[in-house]
Amino acid sequence: MPCIDARGLRKRYGQTLALDGVDLRVELGRIVGLIGPNGAGKSTALQAILGLIPHEGDLTVLGRDPWTARQDLMADVCFIADVAVMPRWMRVRQALDYMEGVHPGFDRPKAEGFLARTDIKAGSRVRELSKGMTAQLHLALVMAVDAKLLVLDEPTLGLDILYRKQFYDTLLNDYFDHSRTIVVSTHQVDEIEHILTDVVFLDRGRVVLDVSLEAYEARFVELAATPEGAATARSLGPIHERHLFGRSLQIFEGVDRARLAGLGELRTPGLADVFVAKMGGGMPGREKAA
Amino acid sequence: MSAERKVRPFYWSVRRELWEHPAIYLAPVGAAAVGLLGFGVSTLWLARAVASPVPRNDSLMAPYAFTALAVMVIGVLVSIFYALSALHGERQDRSIQFWKSLPVSDTTTVLAKMAVAMVVMPLAALAAIFGAQTVMLVVSTIVVLVNGVDPARLWPRVDMSLMWTVLPYGLLINALWLAPLYAWLLLISGWAKRMTFVWAFAPPLALALFERLAFNSTYVIHLLIERVLGGFGEAFSIRGEGREPIGSFSDIDPIHAFSSPHIWGGLAVAGLLLALTIRMRRSRDAI
Repeated sequence: MPCIDARGLRKRYGQTLALDGVDLRVELGRIVGLIGPNGAGKSTALQAILGLIPHEGDLTVLGRDPWTARQDLMADVCFIADVAVMPRWMRVRQALDYMEGVHPGFDRPKAEGFLARTDIKAGSRVRELSKGMTAQLHLALVMAVDAKLLVLDEPTLGLDILYRKQFYDTLLNDYFDHSRTIVVSTHQVDEIEHILTDVVFLDRGRVVLDVSLEAYEARFVELAATPEGAATARSLGPIHERHLFGRSLQIFEGVDRARLAGLGELRTPGLADVFVAKMGGGMPGREKAA
Repeated sequence: MSAERKVRPFYWSVRRELWEHPAIYLAPVGAAAVGLLGFGVSTLWLARAVASPVPRNDSLMAPYAFTALAVMVIGVLVSIFYALSALHGERQDRSIQFWKSLPVSDTTTVLAKMAVAMVVMPLAALAAIFGAQTVMLVVSTIVVLVNGVDPARLWPRVDMSLMWTVLPYGLLINALWLAPLYAWLLLISGWAKRMTFVWAFAPPLALALFERLAFNSTYVIHLLIERVLGGFGEAFSIRGEGREPIGSFSDIDPIHAFSSPHIWGGLAVAGLLLALTIRMRRSRDAI
């Protein structure tokens, strides 16, 4: 059973089509990055997965329909939106009491263990904590739940770089194992690149790329072309070309590395560069590649 | 996988309402404290009053009755404002996204909020009243003793047996009577983006105005006034007619009260409004 199985997922807000037929299949044990520009439909897709909004099309999460079974689903799913959703009046101790009281999978000593490594005090109210500490608190609560799926929607928005880095490090070191699945949306691509097993690009409500990181490495290659090789390389149909310090940098999709080998240095392009290549629009060669 | 613990989502949903809104118990306690303070000053004249012959209009019960009334009125006011903010606040501060990320159903959440307005609030009021009145009795007895007057002359004049029967009974009737009002306020609280108070009261008043001008009749306004302000009359007057207050045990008529179509009709409306509120919260998000 896949963790998330969406087919033809659609969501309309008035005249705007936020999701335009999204097909998405996420297996257990994966860390999937949902990446797209503002307004691409990332949050809408996650909200549908969490049962927060009704939708058209087929969608099951852990075998359930999230819209009709949100309460059951939330016993196995955790969710962090951006940092500002913890109730500001709540004390840390109350948050622990409440989680213990309503969540069958919540392990209080574990949460207290995570909190002991921070400067957060049990008697503090959320409104007294900094943004970064609030994120730490929410993460501690979530990591103490034995959840099968963790959904993160721009979880580090508004945090400084130290907290952002620590957030993902903690997640990877103390939480993730291969029985869990994480779906994370962000537009700060470079920050999550190294933790992902799969990447999904969304643009205007559609999936434009859905690959595992292994397949990604085989599929995309960036050539830093030598002056002589640039023209030849261009004839092979790069999906994107830019110039840096006078050199031509070209990204290829599905082109054999052997054919490019003599034309310059080859490397696997960063997600951000491929993102720009796929989303940029109007780039030379984009139509050819598509 | 560890064995799953037993959870109590409803209980903890009510607890969390009290964390967020301590006024639910602090307001009745505050009102009772003011009553106690006034009573404390009045004890300066208590011993003489007890030693004197009983006048025709004995006022020794006044502090007990007025404190009870003040606490109950404050309680209803707090419940009204609580219900108006209960489903609005969580959307305004975006915490609804946190609550909805937990395995607590919309039904549990909405019913817990209803229970706070309809059950917890009257219980808090009752506790505050009992507490204050007990202190008054004890202090009165001490004051009378210290002044060398026989407390046996005091006790028959402050017989609490009727009041302590009528209060829980009346608070129960009042809560049932106000159920549709609270349910309506919760619905508006979950629906309106801002100015919940105006949305809750302006449309019914507009309807009343329309009725008065169009048909020269006043059913709507009477229904509104009766439902919002008539609870105490229903609860504490003989046969709920709002004329004579309950003055003896024989005036208490639970069979009449609980067979009243107004109570049951009100509860049916409350049930419908709550069902709507639950259904609506499912698709609500931060504002």
